Amino acid sequence: MDAVTIASIIAAATPLVYAALGETITEKAGIVNLSLDGTLLLSAMVAFATAQTTGSVLLGFAAAAGTSAIVAGIIAFSSIELKLNQIAVGFVLFLLAGDLSSLLGQSFVREPGPSVPPLNIAGLSDIPWFGKVFFSHNLSVYGSMVLIIVTYWYFYRTRAGLELQAVGERPEAAFARGIHVERLRYIYTFVGGAFVGIGGAAFSLDVKFGWSEGHVTNFGWIVLAIVIFGGWHPARAALGCYLFGALQVVALKLQPTFPSFTQVLGIMPFPVMIFMLVAINRPAFRSLGDRLGLFRRFLRAEAPGGLGTIFERG
Amino acid sequence: MLELLDIHKHYGSLRANDGVTIAVERGSIHGILGENGAGKSTLMKVLAGFITADSGEIRLDGESLPTGSTKRSLESGVGLLHQDPLHCMPFSVLDNFMLGRPESFILDHSTAQAELNRLSDEFGFSLDPDVPVRTLTIGERQQLEIVRLLSLGIRVLILDEPTTAISAEQRTSLFATLRTLAGQGMIVLFVSHKLEEVDEICDRVSVLRLGRLVGEAELPVPTERLVEMMFGEMIVQSPRVTAEPGEPVIDLESISLHDRLVTLDDISVKVHTAEVVGLAGLEGSGQQTLLRVAAGLLSPARGSVRIGGETLTGRGYRRHLDAGVHYLPADRLGEGLVEGLTVKEHFALAGIEPQGFLLDWERASSEATARIEEFSVKGTVDSTPESLSGGNQQRLLLAMMPEKISLLVMEHPTRGLDIESAELVWTRLLARRSDRTAILFASADLDELLRYSDRIVVFFAGRILAVLDATETDSEAIGYLIGGKERV
Repeated sequence: MDAVTIASIIAAATPLVYAALGETITEKAGIVNLSLDGTLLLSAMVAFATAQTTGSVLLGFAAAAGTSAIVAGIIAFSSIELKLNQIAVGFVLFLLAGDLSSLLGQSFVREPGPSVPPLNIAGLSDIPWFGKVFFSHNLSVYGSMVLIIVTYWYFYRTRAGLELQAVGERPEAAFARGIHVERLRYIYTFVGGAFVGIGGAAFSLDVKFGWSEGHVTNFGWIVLAIVIFGGWHPARAALGCYLFGALQVVALKLQPTFPSFTQVLGIMPFPVMIFMLVAINRPAFRSLGDRLGLFRRFLRAEAPGGLGTIFERG
Repeated sequence: MLELLDIHKHYGSLRANDGVTIAVERGSIHGILGENGAGKSTLMKVLAGFITADSGEIRLDGESLPTGSTKRSLESGVGLLHQDPLHCMPFSVLDNFMLGRPESFILDHSTAQAELNRLSDEFGFSLDPDVPVRTLTIGERQQLEIVRLLSLGIRVLILDEPTTAISAEQRTSLFATLRTLAGQGMIVLFVSHKLEEVDEICDRVSVLRLGRLVGEAELPVPTERLVEMMFGEMIVQSPRVTAEPGEPVIDLESISLHDRLVTLDDISVKVHTAEVVGLAGLEGSGQQTLLRVAAGLLSPARGSVRIGGETLTGRGYRRHLDAGVHYLPADRLGEGLVEGLTVKEHFALAGIEPQGFLLDWERASSEATARIEEFSVKGTVDSTPESLSGGNQQRLLLAMMPEKISLLVMEHPTRGLDIESAELVWTRLLARRSDRTAILFASADLDELLRYSDRIVVFFAGRILAVLDATETDSEAIGYLIGGKERV
């Protein structure tokens, strides 16, 4: 495959990488943010509206992150304080956020506006092939690459990451060790939500520039699927996003060849992705993980034990 | 010195702790004895900061201890070892060891591992830092917890029913560890409802009943006195009953099956009419899996299941039910009963007489009333199972048993029940045996296995290690066998 195609796959997957890593962080702490599809829409709209009004792309990203963190915060609050079911609250917020984006975004439909400027990294972008693939993007794309590495490092190399995983795996065990379960669940739901918002902004200010009603609809659901099949592992989730990005690019490239299938090709990545994810989660694939010590964590898909549960003290 | 002063803790109208005062000297092992619901766990959770007491004070070496925060309790040197140690099961041993320790922000695995190894060596434990905790036995997980708590510098170690699920060998090792720790000046609180153990390991004992401290004694003391304190009366254990076994009811032949953590390998067990066969073994040694095969919930990969002479291999649960097999799961609330449905609705759902398409509520109601009266379930036809105590849940399950069953399959029939409730449950079960019902059950309680079984089948790592005549063995012998060893 030529360097330009791979570069376009990486770019296309960037919003998904932010959203999938954000959701992975939240779910690792034991909270399910099911509102993703609505949140992505709302944050994409807020990002575009803010950037267009203020002229600042950075403010657009910040506003999207804040909006999405607040939606996520509602789920954390209703689960931790009100002991409500996270799935139900998340679903209602999905509907609400989606509709809100249509309502508030009306005056921004198909308007021009600012976008993330390209940024070739001096020196590195001149390396043959590699430079084109990895270093001829913009800050949003570079940020997503850094985030994959930082999330991985944070999860598996830091004390805070271990505590984060414990809070999601078995909150009682974390509590018994003097860890503030509720506080951490709040923090990581907020942080994860903020990254989902950045994903939304990466759509409307870069990859899928602009705003129209239902602009990025369905991407939230595919992200939720990627998180699950990604086994709550940041690198694997990111890989899932790139896979989906590749499918999107392939579908796009096939459109001139099969003009009568344009509509079908547009939605093909979704079912194909689901089938691929199911395939790699076969038990055979997982037992391979047990045999390969080094990649065990990478290959073993496992939901956090306390995912979606309500934690009661004592 | 540790002092618990006038601890009160109420849950609604229930007085879980009603003015409990206990003092424990440094360097001693102190027993906290009482039946289920006596308030032992509540008291220990207050001490370890899991819950806040309504009133009262805790002092360690004269200093008042903070309450209501596990973090501050740990910092003050109080650590609680749970009955089922609180570990993150998929995490490695080392991760669980490091979790909650004041580690540097970027984890230093090698230093922590050195600390883990040093403490393990000191007590003769062998803990592989890299394996997931879920592959460990409860005994090994207790060792990990002890080592972890010690590395936090605790001065008071609380053990909540620590011997429930460990082998005799692990128990011996645990007791040796506790004696060493006491020798080093540690205060060890040993919470138990097992008299013999308290008598064996503790220097002094406080007995709780219904939330109150009802007695204290220097050990050793005659067992009868402890029983009297615990229950307020003498309990006469019913004498052993036997019946003459008849035809084989279930014939499990060369069963092999891979199930999550254990692989059953060529297991053959027969149970005859009016015979009680007990399955012994550590949790996850294969006995639960075999019970599920017997009940028709799992199909064996190889081997055959014959019930009443008919081959039922792989024919499913429904077919087993029709053949007169009745299964009582260990997880009463999870598998046995339906949370949220009332007792009456349970009888409508799966009562003694099957209901038609339209429910006859009056019949369900009268059936339920009669049965809960007969089995002395403390509750009404409108109670939900989650509002009942463990003992009453088990009695409700027994009350729902059909009239005619040929084989009763049970996991831990009296787990979590106090002596009185357990007696009552077994009286009912043995009455079934007199009606020629065969009983196949698994238990972690060796005394229960010895008292009620005719034969005891000992499992170890998916294999049958021994089949023993219950009248010709003792708990020590079985205790060693379930750990995979002959008596030394």
